[in-house]
Amino acid sequence: MTRQQKLFYFLSLHRTGLLVLCVSIGLLLFPLVENNPYTLGLTNLVAINALVVLGLNLFIGYAGQISLGHAAFFGLGAYGSAIATTTFHCSPWLAMILVAVCVALLALLIGIPLLRLSGHYLAMATLGLNYVVHNILLQWDEVTGGPSGFAGIPALTLGNFSLDTPIRRHYLLWCFVIITMLFCLNLVRSSAGRSLAALAGDELAAASLGVNIQVSKVKIFVLSAILASLAGSLFAHTFGYISPDTFNIFASVQFSIMVVIGGMGSIWGSLFGAGFLTLLPQWMDVFDTYKDFIHGGILVLVLMFLPQGLISGLTDKLRIYLALRRRNAAT
Amino acid sequence: MYADLLQYIFSGLTTGSIYALIALGFCVVSNTMGIVNFVQVDFVTLGGMFLFSALFVLNLPVVPALVLAIILVSLVAMIIERFGLRPATTQNHMILVFLTVGLSTIVRGAIKMIWGTNRMAVPPLTPDVPVQILGASVLPQALWIFALTLVAIAGLTWFFYGTSLGLSMRAVAANPVAAAVVGIPTGRIRLTSYAIAGALGGLAGILVTPITTLSYDVGVLLGLKGFAAAILGGFGSFPGAIIGGLGLGLLETLSAGYISSAYKDVVAFIVLLVVLCTRPKGLLGK
Repeated sequence: MTRQQKLFYFLSLHRTGLLVLCVSIGLLLFPLVENNPYTLGLTNLVAINALVVLGLNLFIGYAGQISLGHAAFFGLGAYGSAIATTTFHCSPWLAMILVAVCVALLALLIGIPLLRLSGHYLAMATLGLNYVVHNILLQWDEVTGGPSGFAGIPALTLGNFSLDTPIRRHYLLWCFVIITMLFCLNLVRSSAGRSLAALAGDELAAASLGVNIQVSKVKIFVLSAILASLAGSLFAHTFGYISPDTFNIFASVQFSIMVVIGGMGSIWGSLFGAGFLTLLPQWMDVFDTYKDFIHGGILVLVLMFLPQGLISGLTDKLRIYLALRRRNAAT
Repeated sequence: MYADLLQYIFSGLTTGSIYALIALGFCVVSNTMGIVNFVQVDFVTLGGMFLFSALFVLNLPVVPALVLAIILVSLVAMIIERFGLRPATTQNHMILVFLTVGLSTIVRGAIKMIWGTNRMAVPPLTPDVPVQILGASVLPQALWIFALTLVAIAGLTWFFYGTSLGLSMRAVAANPVAAAVVGIPTGRIRLTSYAIAGALGGLAGILVTPITTLSYDVGVLLGLKGFAAAILGGFGSFPGAIIGGLGLGLLETLSAGYISSAYKDVVAFIVLLVVLCTRPKGLLGK
């Protein structure tokens, strides 16, 4: 091999790792370029949404299931952390882990009967679950603060170092995202990930190849619930104030749309989908009256013409173009 | 005690009929296209809006206004199917479902622009003088709801079992590939199913908005309940949609009356989840 071929071989062999490294360096340097607290607040929100979407994409994109209820786990995480740290003066990190464990148990309990459902029935069941959780958060106002929300949640600390400025939170939140992303990228290449992909393709075929369908589905559901709960805890500590409407069914639908726009089954797409749909409303302040048209229009156009999602759709188009060009050059 | 129960049952049947109409709309589209059509939610709002405009802008009498509103919602539904869903390049149901979510956002944006975001009041079809039936007082609007729901169900039955277009729609529902093989035009069937779904949703909106109030998002919660009713009965089954709708309505009013009005929706959805756990395809699903 020539030197150039070796270099290209190295790059293509380690493309995922190198891409993660590039993104990490970019995120490390980002606050040097952009230190406007408002912008950093937005990118921090992107990080939190990305955590939920990464988990949800494993469930929707890889396992081929549908969920319109992950805002419920997100909300339970946020309210769990808020109540544990403010009402019971528990340490935030301990609270985050305890709440994640409780949410995981709840997801396990609900997941075992619910994941026997499929398609529209599963969509309705998860939607109903979200509706129930949102209503309880709204009505049980002695504990949750009701419609007026829950304020005064302390910021996270590392020893004596308080993570209370947008820049410090930026590093904390994106650390979580990068770690989760590495985890997901590895998971989908493991035997567990491959069996999920098989199950998404054809349940019967996957079962005949020895994949335990029910257990695999429940596992991935619990994993995505844990990620949503962690994201919820981080949301509560980042913004210090939560209200039930952040966790309603529209939030769930929005998370699922982030998965679909980013591309089902694409880990990088999840990051992109979360970023794109979180920032979109900010860019559209200019055309306030036409907001719904643009928001809905973008969704409709993407799903109509790039049904694999923006990232996968565009890379597929590029690949086809390059392949065609190679063939034309050869003949 | 007995009068209370009767009162709850009447009001449960009233909301239940509305849910049943919306659920039927969901089923018609699901049977021909296999997807949940979330635009159904906005058909309900549009029904109320068109009735409002026909009554107060065009100054039409009640009956022509009602008919005009239903026809207009059907037309909007057909336009949405033809230009919003037909051009899609994918057959993946999940993508198509989210496509209807996007279309619903656009329609809601249009409703907001045309009619504004204020709450509006629609008058009932006949003046509001409660009628006493077996000791329970019932609004005339509720009687209209029962009557027109029955008419709609009878009309649907006639359409599906008495016309050749209905026969081809049943063929598509039973086996889309075989239906295409014998030359049933898929496009026309899908367009018709949307028109029917629009008419059913519009009728539900026309009947319910005098009881609630009219605003650009009135259909969202009602539509969600309609979807829940369709699932409860078994998605795609017409008798299931009617049973599911009436069941959900009764469940809500009875739990509001005897358990807690704040948690009435919670009770209804928990019962739905329990039913799904024991019967994963709904009450009448196959």
